[in-house]
Amino acid sequence: MASSTSSVITLKINGEKYTLPVDHRTTLLDALRERLDLTGTKKGCDQGQCGACTVLLDGRRSVACLQLAVAAEGREITTIEGVADGERLHPVQQAFLDLDGYQCGYCTPGQICSAIGMIEEHAAGWPSAVTEDVRPEAGPPALSADEIRERMSGNLCRCGAYVSIVEAVARAARARTDEGSVESGTNAKETVA
Amino acid sequence: MTTVTTGTTATTSVQAPSVGTGHTRVEGRDKVTGAARYAAEVPFADLAHGWLVLSTVARGRIVALDTDPVLAMPGVLAVLDHRNAPHLVTDYHGMLGTPDPTCAVFQHDRVPHQGWPVALVVAETSEQAREAAEALVVRYEQEPHDVEFTGDHPDAYPVDGHMPAVTEKGDLDAQLAASAVVVDAEYTTPEEHHNPMEPHAATARWDDGRLEVIDSNQGVTWVAGELANLFSLDPASVRVRSEHVGGGFGSKGVRAHQVAAVMAATLLQRPVRVVLTRRQMFSLAGYRSPTTQRIRLGADPDGRLRALEHRAVSRTSTVYEFVEPSAGVARVMYDADAHHTANRVVRLDVPSPTYMRAPGEAPGSFALEAALDELAEKCGIDPIELRLRNEPETGPVSGLPFAGRNLAACFREGARRFGWAERDRRPGLRREGRWLLGTGTAAASFPAGAAPSTATATAHPDGTFTVRISAADIGTGARTALTLVAADALRTAPERIRVRIGDSDFGPAMIAGGSMGTRSWSWAVKTAAGELRERLALGADIPAEGLTVHSDTTEALGALTPAERHSFGAQFAEVAVDVTTGEVRVRRMLGIFAAGRIVNPLTARNQFLGGMIWGISMALHEEAARDRASGGHVGADLAGYHVATHADVPRIEADWIDDTDPDDPVGIKGIGEIGIVGAAAAVANAVWHATGVRHRSLPIRPDRVLSAATGATDV
Amino acid sequence: MREFDYQRAYDVAGAVALLDADPDTRFLGGGTNLVDLMKTGVERPVRLVDIRELPLDRIESTPEGGLRIGATVTNGDLAAHPEVRRRYPALAQAVLAGASGQLRNMATVGGNLLQRTRCGYFTDVSRPCNKRVPGSGCPALTGEHRNHAILGASEHCVAVHPSDMGVALAAFDAVVHFETADGAGELPLADFYLPVGDTPHRETALPPGALITGVTLPPAPVAAHSRYRKVRERASYAFAIGSLAAALDIRDGVVREARLAFGAVASRPWRAAAAERVLTGAPAGAETYATAADAELAAARPLPDNGYKVDLIRNLVVTVLTELAEETAR
Repeated sequence: MASSTSSVITLKINGEKYTLPVDHRTTLLDALRERLDLTGTKKGCDQGQCGACTVLLDGRRSVACLQLAVAAEGREITTIEGVADGERLHPVQQAFLDLDGYQCGYCTPGQICSAIGMIEEHAAGWPSAVTEDVRPEAGPPALSADEIRERMSGNLCRCGAYVSIVEAVARAARARTDEGSVESGTNAKETVA
Repeated sequence: MTTVTTGTTATTSVQAPSVGTGHTRVEGRDKVTGAARYAAEVPFADLAHGWLVLSTVARGRIVALDTDPVLAMPGVLAVLDHRNAPHLVTDYHGMLGTPDPTCAVFQHDRVPHQGWPVALVVAETSEQAREAAEALVVRYEQEPHDVEFTGDHPDAYPVDGHMPAVTEKGDLDAQLAASAVVVDAEYTTPEEHHNPMEPHAATARWDDGRLEVIDSNQGVTWVAGELANLFSLDPASVRVRSEHVGGGFGSKGVRAHQVAAVMAATLLQRPVRVVLTRRQMFSLAGYRSPTTQRIRLGADPDGRLRALEHRAVSRTSTVYEFVEPSAGVARVMYDADAHHTANRVVRLDVPSPTYMRAPGEAPGSFALEAALDELAEKCGIDPIELRLRNEPETGPVSGLPFAGRNLAACFREGARRFGWAERDRRPGLRREGRWLLGTGTAAASFPAGAAPSTATATAHPDGTFTVRISAADIGTGARTALTLVAADALRTAPERIRVRIGDSDFGPAMIAGGSMGTRSWSWAVKTAAGELRERLALGADIPAEGLTVHSDTTEALGALTPAERHSFGAQFAEVAVDVTTGEVRVRRMLGIFAAGRIVNPLTARNQFLGGMIWGISMALHEEAARDRASGGHVGADLAGYHVATHADVPRIEADWIDDTDPDDPVGIKGIGEIGIVGAAAAVANAVWHATGVRHRSLPIRPDRVLSAATGATDV
Repeated sequence: MREFDYQRAYDVAGAVALLDADPDTRFLGGGTNLVDLMKTGVERPVRLVDIRELPLDRIESTPEGGLRIGATVTNGDLAAHPEVRRRYPALAQAVLAGASGQLRNMATVGGNLLQRTRCGYFTDVSRPCNKRVPGSGCPALTGEHRNHAILGASEHCVAVHPSDMGVALAAFDAVVHFETADGAGELPLADFYLPVGDTPHRETALPPGALITGVTLPPAPVAAHSRYRKVRERASYAFAIGSLAAALDIRDGVVREARLAFGAVASRPWRAAAAERVLTGAPAGAETYATAADAELAAARPLPDNGYKVDLIRNLVVTVLTELAEETAR
């Protein structure tokens, strides 16, 4: 342990362990980008207002900008660098690539991580703000375009690539449903609720 | 890169054309895996972090900067302010004119607006820099400020900008008096901010006597030239790179962060990175001025225009004259016996506005196309028919011929696909549950142009090619488009081409702006690649270092004959309005464009749609609130400044008609901006059709809809 | 952000002991509000006690037939829980209407109750604000206040509470449980938030050093028939400009029981007791609903730019109660 305002921590990221001293003020986002050279996670607003820094914490999508690094010790962290299965892209990544689900690309890692987490939330039966009837008796809602739009609304895309992002997410979600499980990616498998 | 629409298989001896076929982005894999590095993501050993300190008063003078306690804080390396900063030269004429003094940081003690950079704190880590910057005590001698923008401000004066401020033809009063139908209305648009997802960021360092800047910008040679001018450096000793850019929309030129980073890197002789926070961007990244626009239309009963007046007022800072030329769009769209337009400006104690996606056309088309809709209502004519009846033969102000004006074709195709023929013109008739439904349309236009650019094309012995041009891909797909253009010019497969962009060492080229980037660069790339192919066809040897051909389009562009050159489009929107809650939702939208040859349909569709989504966002959400008492913003972040998110955007469609530009070697006109033009008007016109209430002030917020519903008046 | 000490607590007593009623120490839950406020300089703690590992992450049925929700249950888990969705659907809807999927996975129930206002003057430390710096003034009164309070405000502060969840909790008579060094305590939500008066910086009745450990929802059959409706300036991922949690029980055309709470109109979730009194025993119908809304909104004191909220809330009451009544009839 260093001084009372910094700590040596070990972060588990994409299946690897990283031990590093951190200023307690350091967010997980800054630790990834400025300390560990994992720059795929983007800083768009640093205030939880854009979703560009979305990562998976213990399989759940979260914003890294409001997550202190020191408080992330002990959690399974999955970033955009960890969702593919080696050279084989995650189905969500592949769909974004094929359907042009981006323009400048800066919100893209956050959109993809968010979509991966969202698809699992939906598969676990979670309702959303546009779900007509949230009572469990009503059964899980189909993942319609409107459901995808609501559930992905925490990820802003200023280029306005929303139409193709929704197409890509829908395609990847269909693929998951068809196969009954996540197609690839060891870390992605951990997101299954 | 993969071809996503069916094409000829690669086994044929003749290479199928690449331009016109959908291709995924060449850097797509890097973008979806997080491997693509943006400006703040290139690692440097010994990197220091700079944090800007902005003024908290709107007008006055710095009387004290208490730097000693800050310099004693952990990790702090330096504090730069007007007392110790290097001198900058600002009386030069750069690529886009004289520089906005906002980028010339720390040159004097004056504060011309809230959010003016007063110091840069540099520290070993970003956490230390941030805390030290927040701890820096700055004392000001405050002066009374004026930030209140009104359309009838007595100090408004005409400003030319990139077009003449005033045009006048015919006797306006006489023609209005002779008109059977008159529309006289005032429209307003608010202060709007670009908010690219990637904040402005620059890392500067001196490397073997050269200044190197890794930056996020829309034109590397432009920024390099500005930095050379500002710091009195030999242009050859400045290198700016910008490989991936997380959006720009007009905001990513020379800004305080690059200049401050260069200053600090010079002082400390180590790499320094300065990244703007989202809040700082609201003061330092430029924005679109609010506008007030008065439109008077006079027409015969059949809708033919006798009089057209479009008078726009926008706002600028006290340090820089920038005009949002909203009235310019009327000079292209409609003719009248009396035709008067004017762009005027008021100088206030606010940050300098700048170019923002479709400067002039975006707010101007909202006012003009909404006024046309009002005229159609008054004349009892279908709004599309009204526009068709007023199609000009030649430029209404210039008298020049149109080099392609396919607006009518856009309307015909759009009307067919949108189902316009079934529309009942009467407002307020359609209801679905709590929602009132309505549809609206508007026309769009944006200038098509090209600017001088240089490029090189190199053939390698292994049969591959490298194209170098200091272009910028800010999300437009330019890198991919240029790959396709080069492939066709070299009659080879795109997979054999490497296009390298975003490096000022590649030579001068147009910026990504004015919808002119891809056209300007394609011209240079096609010229270089075409000549290279000819040389190879004549049997030229390819040495180990490659055979390189250089192009410069300056001469070719100078030979273009004067004409009215524009893209055109027709926008359609259907909205649902709940007048009991004030909520407005866009249900569907269609844009049909005549915008030159489409190089890559996959990315072009995306870009058109992005522009239309900006139109939705402009119509319903975007507005920066400025506090009169303090002169600064309130809620300057992405929770306070709403841009459209997923749930605001239905499945919208964009398509195009054949409109190849015969004067362009590839047939391109440019598509970056036309998507937003007219889009907000189409939405606003649809809101009228749904509710019977005209909303002449954007955004159409719930409180405005509610107030209109209870007040039963147009607003 | 200034430097701070960080400690993790693993049990409630330990957390309370670590806090030691130190005014410069804060509990860290999901951090979605606190860390943001630390970045903007509104909060400047010298120590954080991380309570995310506390065993307070469960939702359990109470013997009486209500629900006990642990303080560190995330918003995401709360809204997904079958018993919450079955017994208190408006609560699930309210949580789902707030923030984004990512933020809901981080934010906790305890933190949600304590989240600070989004008033643009409060969150900008270069401005005066009586809530942040008592006695410095309230620029919102004459400045930007389109989304400020119409009920229960004072000339010292007109900020609104941003929670959606709290609005549903207010409608369902939630009780907040807390722990201090002196033992456990509880506060009905109605008493949890203090009136604004001339002390807008004092927001809750929690004693110093208290840790929220959970929230209890008493059994409320009427809640099974409830709805949350939120209006905002964007279709999603935005704070409310007006919201409503409502529950309705109608028998034989007469309102037997009604629950109403308003969001984004006051410094706290606003339980509409006056409206409920009008509704109870009255014939079901739009006229009754409007009368009830008017009874509550008679106390509204709008500012120049937020008078629309009176119409908005009134309309929401009529619309949502009508919808609930129609569903009851089916």
